[in-house]
Amino acid sequence: MNEEFAEPTGEEVERLYSRLDKDARQGGYNLNQDADFVRGLVKGLLINVRRYGYQACPCRLAAGDKALDLDIICPCDYRDADVAEFGACYCALYVSKAVLKGDKELSCIPERRPPQEEREKIKQKQKAPGEREALGADIAKVALKLSLPVWRCTVCGYLCARDAPPEVCPICKAGKERFERFI
Amino acid sequence: MNFEHVAGKDKGKIRLFALSTCIWCKKTRELLSSMGVAFDYIYVDLLKGEERAEAIAEVKKYNPSTSFPTLVIGEKCVVGLKEKEIKEALAG
Repeated sequence: MNEEFAEPTGEEVERLYSRLDKDARQGGYNLNQDADFVRGLVKGLLINVRRYGYQACPCRLAAGDKALDLDIICPCDYRDADVAEFGACYCALYVSKAVLKGDKELSCIPERRPPQEEREKIKQKQKAPGEREALGADIAKVALKLSLPVWRCTVCGYLCARDAPPEVCPICKAGKERFERFI
Repeated sequence: MNFEHVAGKDKGKIRLFALSTCIWCKKTRELLSSMGVAFDYIYVDLLKGEERAEAIAEVKKYNPSTSFPTLVIGEKCVVGLKEKEIKEALAG
């Protein structure tokens, strides 16, 4: 069960670790305080970048198709809700302030991501012409009064009014493909 | 499916479906090893084609959300690193 690419080096792990830590602090998030635990997850992220070309969650089975895995690219779409409810994201790379301070203990976090069949149904529903047109019409009604469209980051909820979404979310550093038209 | 076998005390059929990159899967493996029980494990993320589909279908039977680690003890299933539940399931 060996893979063709080289194992991530310690130096690579430290580099990504410090970048994630800096980004997290800047956006008001916290990495898990257990450094060795974080190193293990960071190594998993680096392996997934080599394997799939993107930073898929190390604790979830990626499909290997970016469009299908978009919601589990770290930081995943489920992080904020899990940190709020359980004190940590699914893999526990990110934790809440209470966990960081030791006021709350971590336990096994249930999977919030819907199973594949349900995800497909949700996507189909979003694609269905009726709903989309209705949403489009609703957006158009409000948007008429706005000078610019509003984009929403599906990872952290950041909103911005501009012609197109930013390359990288200034809050959570998710890529522009994670933005949706909000208004 | 080609499981890796870990030798130990025979407590019946114990199968761990895991991901090679997942820390919780690793901790679950370490827990089973520390308990000294014999078990089989497989890294589903390293499988390809039919073998992968077969493993996913097997996990889904016990755990519809196909999350990892999925530990199957006989016909009982424990999803995630739940130390107490795992110890209870293996106590008998």
